Amino acid sequence: MRQAWEQLRALIWKDLALELRTKDMLSAMLIFSFLVMVVFAFALRPEAATTRAVFPGILWVDFSFAGLLGLNRAFAHERANDCLTGLLLAPLDPVLIYAAKVISNFLFLALVEAISLPLFFAFFNYPWSGAAAALLAILFLGTLGFAAVGTFLAALAANTRTGEVLLPLILFPVLVPVLLAAVQGTALALAGQTGPALAAWLRLLAVYDIIFCVLAALLFPYLLEP
Amino acid sequence: MSAGKVHAGRRLSGWVAAVLMLVALYAIFFYAPLEQTMREVQKIFYIHVGTAWNAFLAFFIVFLASLLYLRKREERWDDLAAVSAEIGVLFTTMVLLTGPIWAKSAWNTWWTWEPRLTTTLVLWFIYLAYLLVRAGVVEETRRATIAAAFGIIGFADVPVVYLSVRWWRLSHPIIFGGGGGGLHPAMLVALIISVFAFTALYLYLLQMGLTVRQLERRVRHLKEGWRERYE
Repeated sequence: MRQAWEQLRALIWKDLALELRTKDMLSAMLIFSFLVMVVFAFALRPEAATTRAVFPGILWVDFSFAGLLGLNRAFAHERANDCLTGLLLAPLDPVLIYAAKVISNFLFLALVEAISLPLFFAFFNYPWSGAAAALLAILFLGTLGFAAVGTFLAALAANTRTGEVLLPLILFPVLVPVLLAAVQGTALALAGQTGPALAAWLRLLAVYDIIFCVLAALLFPYLLEP
Repeated sequence: MSAGKVHAGRRLSGWVAAVLMLVALYAIFFYAPLEQTMREVQKIFYIHVGTAWNAFLAFFIVFLASLLYLRKREERWDDLAAVSAEIGVLFTTMVLLTGPIWAKSAWNTWWTWEPRLTTTLVLWFIYLAYLLVRAGVVEETRRATIAAAFGIIGFADVPVVYLSVRWWRLSHPIIFGGGGGGLHPAMLVALIISVFAFTALYLYLLQMGLTVRQLERRVRHLKEGWRERYE
């Protein structure tokens, strides 16, 4: 157990160190997130009341596009120089490789969200009157679900010829519950309505996260077969 | 099973499907009474439900075959999953085409984001994705494994999608009721026959698809054998 923990830490550190030194994925995600925000601002008139109403939806479309960009790169470094073969030859449980990737993808996306969110409030001139803890819980569970399914499907798409084109097509249909729950939950949290409706969406996200973390962890070793 | 037996089985299921389909058409147009308000338009309901029910059956078979493939690693389970997914997508497309025709005259709108409709649409996207995953891998064993993994994930998603869409619609007013409800007994009989007719069609198409895949594999083996012999 202790050994598995050490291995997991080493694997996560490998991803983080690679990203901190090259910054190619994070910078792309951040710039893209900012750009999508600007596109929405042009498309929707930022101060209009109708835009206020769809603000949570804009947030999650932005996060999922930025996240998609990151996921496409998640297994790209592993292909160069046969790094994945190296990982597979190491005496590791393949589930740990999956868990480490989920956690590193989660951290990247969380960082992008942490930087984009204040920018969104500023650029859309959105007044804050929400419940911070509820918003954090929704962001946490939503991002975890995105990372858990996204990492699995990115590994799956990496096995195909059409890889990067295929990923959004297979990812978004499976992510429908996360997107719905995250948008609805964010809307409630931003309105400061922490009632049973919000709890229901949080519960749905938690159930989704548990089902798909377990299922993806069980199926992940099959994707790595040589 | 010998090739002759398979051939005979396929012919039989073809006849069963054809006869049942004719019986279903008779039941739909002559046996079942005309609906009072929608009149003839309501007849599409039998086709709609027949394809919908069997689309779900087809996707359930994809799920089972995917599980069995990962357990047993026999290519016949992969064949079953692949063919069943194709028919499932075909049937779901029919559901999504017949649905709006009904909806336009019953609810005066082509589409409504009602939970069952929305879930069917997402289902269609998931299994289109499944077919795209299959099309993206050349090597056979790898394709089978990858597709099986996606077949399981995709199927597990369906109930969660349904639940989330239902809650999403609950936060909005529900304009249209579920319909159904009191069905005339003769209508119910026609519906059941129609569902079975489409199940027979599904089984027939399944056997045709499996035969095509087996023939493709045989042609490939023959080509490889000859190439080795003459090179």
